[in-house]
Amino acid sequence: MTFINYASREINCKLVYYGPGLGGKTTNLQYIYEKTNPDAKGKLISLATETDRTLFFDFLPLELGTIRGFRTRFHLYTVPGQVFYDASRKLILKGCDGVIFVADSQEARMDANVESLKNLVDNLKSAGYELKSMPYVLQFNKRDLPTAVPVEEMSKVLRYKDEEIFEGVAVKGTGVFETLKALAKLVLVELKKTK
Amino acid sequence: MPLADTVMYEEEFKQIQEILSRLRQESNARAAFLVDRNGQQIAATGENLETMDSTSLASLTAGNVASTDALAKLIGEKEFSILFHEGEKDNLHISLIGGKIIMVILFDERSSLGLVRLRVRKASGELTAVFEAIDRKQAEERAKGGTAESPFAEITDADIDSLFSS
Repeated sequence: MTFINYASREINCKLVYYGPGLGGKTTNLQYIYEKTNPDAKGKLISLATETDRTLFFDFLPLELGTIRGFRTRFHLYTVPGQVFYDASRKLILKGCDGVIFVADSQEARMDANVESLKNLVDNLKSAGYELKSMPYVLQFNKRDLPTAVPVEEMSKVLRYKDEEIFEGVAVKGTGVFETLKALAKLVLVELKKTK
Repeated sequence: MPLADTVMYEEEFKQIQEILSRLRQESNARAAFLVDRNGQQIAATGENLETMDSTSLASLTAGNVASTDALAKLIGEKEFSILFHEGEKDNLHISLIGGKIIMVILFDERSSLGLVRLRVRKASGELTAVFEAIDRKQAEERAKGGTAESPFAEITDADIDSLFSS
């Protein structure tokens, strides 16, 4: 649910990083935070446990610039990936304009990817959304690991519609901005359609 | 998408700012904020606002309200309409306006919980009326088939690309 403020001439959009635990959602945000010009970003907030696992969400506000005289802001959120935090995930999905699914490429995590994707579809549905009709991109993270499953194989299992797929190594920043940019574009195009 | 975008217009924004400023003065509060349930800041007023990270405040408040709301439902309550956080110096009073907007009042020893509650109740009624007016306006414009002044219908791919050029 985009927030358009005609008085202060701002557009605010909410983008959510979803995916299984330890898949690299928070790492994506940390890389974006590190590489973004200080004027264009706010504070990165992480509500995490003592062992640095996401407890509720990470939050990073980004300001990309102006479009037709409107300041364009993206609020990036991650969800906690661990299965038992489902109630929190549902809350964070509310009002989101687009989703990036960060899949873990390791063979041992394929089941977790599938389960998390199904969970995303279900949670969106209960919030009144359909993944099929929303801005959505897919990232295969941890491509540098020796146990990474081939892209074609992962696509076969995880591709939900005709979404764009990005290969990433979030710790090194590979694919991080490309993924974000693709989703941001989709969200803005959606804005154009609905107006 | 099932949910309509939230829109804020110039005229109503002014009214909201006025109500919020008055509320802050009358309740002797340090600052007053309005935030939507998704964590987007709608309006803010207060002393030394520029030193405050109001974007984070908005997102954390919305998270706080969302989790408290889920807790309420868990125990069979409709909602907890007021949250109060007491600190050594500063306190936060968080309340819901018309079920969809969150009002945050930051106050210290110059005010009191009783005074804040009293003033918030009065301002809530006024703000509800303004937000209802915005909803009506938005519904009318949607019925007309979009706004003439909408800048987004004409967004081009080049506009979008330029956001990412730097």
